[in-house]
Amino acid sequence: MQKHTDREYESELETLRERVLLMGATVEQLIGAALDAFERRDVALAQQTIENDDQIDHLEVEIDRLCLRILALRQPVASDLRFITMSLKLVTDLERSGDLAVNVSERVVELGSFPSMPAHELICRMGSLAQGMLRDALDAFVTGDALKAQAVAERDNSVDALYEQLFPELGAIMRADPESVESATRLQSIGKYVERLADHATNIAEMVVFMVRGQDVRHGFEVARVGRR
Amino acid sequence: MKTGPATATNGQPTRPTRGLEELDASSRDLTLHNGARASVPVPEGKEAKISTEDLRVYFGKTRVLHGVNLAVVKGAVTAIIGPSGCGKSTYLRCLNRMHEITPGARVEGRILLDDQDIHGSWIDPVLVRRRVGMVFQKPNPFPTMSIRENVLAGITLNGLRATDTDGVVERRLRQVALWDEVKDNLGRSGSSLSGGQQQRLCIARALALEPEVLLMDEPCSALDPIATARVEELIHELKESYTIVIVTHNMQQAGRVADYTAFFYMGELVEFDRTDVIFTQPKESRTEDYITGRFG
Repeated sequence: MQKHTDREYESELETLRERVLLMGATVEQLIGAALDAFERRDVALAQQTIENDDQIDHLEVEIDRLCLRILALRQPVASDLRFITMSLKLVTDLERSGDLAVNVSERVVELGSFPSMPAHELICRMGSLAQGMLRDALDAFVTGDALKAQAVAERDNSVDALYEQLFPELGAIMRADPESVESATRLQSIGKYVERLADHATNIAEMVVFMVRGQDVRHGFEVARVGRR
Repeated sequence: MKTGPATATNGQPTRPTRGLEELDASSRDLTLHNGARASVPVPEGKEAKISTEDLRVYFGKTRVLHGVNLAVVKGAVTAIIGPSGCGKSTYLRCLNRMHEITPGARVEGRILLDDQDIHGSWIDPVLVRRRVGMVFQKPNPFPTMSIRENVLAGITLNGLRATDTDGVVERRLRQVALWDEVKDNLGRSGSSLSGGQQQRLCIARALALEPEVLLMDEPCSALDPIATARVEELIHELKESYTIVIVTHNMQQAGRVADYTAFFYMGELVEFDRTDVIFTQPKESRTEDYITGRFG
């Protein structure tokens, strides 16, 4: 795409893009660390992850301000408008993803050390799928690749399928050993957080499709054009 | 007036106009002068008040419009946007046969007003201009005439008679929301008013002839934001009873007032669609580049 005739406007859009990317990368890192802490039962890493969430909150506020400023002063249209409005929405999903990484870490701290079990492995598999979805959604955002984004949204089903396996798995453990209820319910929570992470990655992917093509693919709708009645 | 781009080529339009693919339920099919097929898309459930078919316009040997197929929707506001020299003012001036007043100007193709060719040999151009009124960029009330005389000028100059001139003056000034501001001074010169008031007076003058279509050539470019907002509010009210075509350089204005927007570039109609579609999801990269400010 050509550059803006107004170089200051161009640089404002570039700054916004950089901030969104930085926030995305920071969230990715935080999720990676939280899942790593869970996989390795690393309480110290989990504790550190909880403290690192602040940076994401700051970026969310900064991006919101940038978007409002551009909307008020530049009256963006077409692809610029879609980029800015999607950035505004995207940061909410990124911020929530960061919070979920913190929630995972909190449960890891509470769990401390616990015995190896199939449910743990199952959640680790869900985690690596969700992490891959977020990474690809953000890559699609950077490169403006609607096809890649659409493929991400389709991968949510496999995370959901694993999540459904988790319930009977944990139920069996709790029935067999009532002592394990405390750790099993925490594992269940972590499973839920990871499942939600995949949902947020899906939302981001759907926003990327809209940003690139102007096509709304949420909730199974495929509305070809904006506002078409 | 703008005479189109100095660099205008006489080449054929290379691409068909984009837009309205899903709305052209009642499009009219055409055979162009070069034998090619085209269509004038009309939004579904709407009616064309004016249709231009294969409209080619020349100044001397230079062609400035290269075959414009466009339907102006009845009872709606259509904005024409595009960079200077794209032919948008020329297009507007063709719609009431004002273009042909310019020496050396020539028009080919058809312009249909309610399905009637306005260039038909039996058609009186003065009658066309009565049905299709025009408001210009710079407010131009007749300086030697009072406010009252200005409103009635079209009627008087056309040799028409109004039975109730006081009623005409009040009705038209009320219609443009100027009555309360001037009712105690109708004998004052029209040029004593502010720019915004003068422009509304000119609109009242155009409306006094009871036109069916109102052409507006950048009607707010000489006005401050408040006067602009008043004229835009007026446009919203007028579209209940009139068909409006507005040429504007101000894209936000097109967004605010127009139901449909046509993007012209280098004498071609590049894209025509609902205004919200043009400004959120244009199909043509030339439209996208222009409206987002990525030109040149």
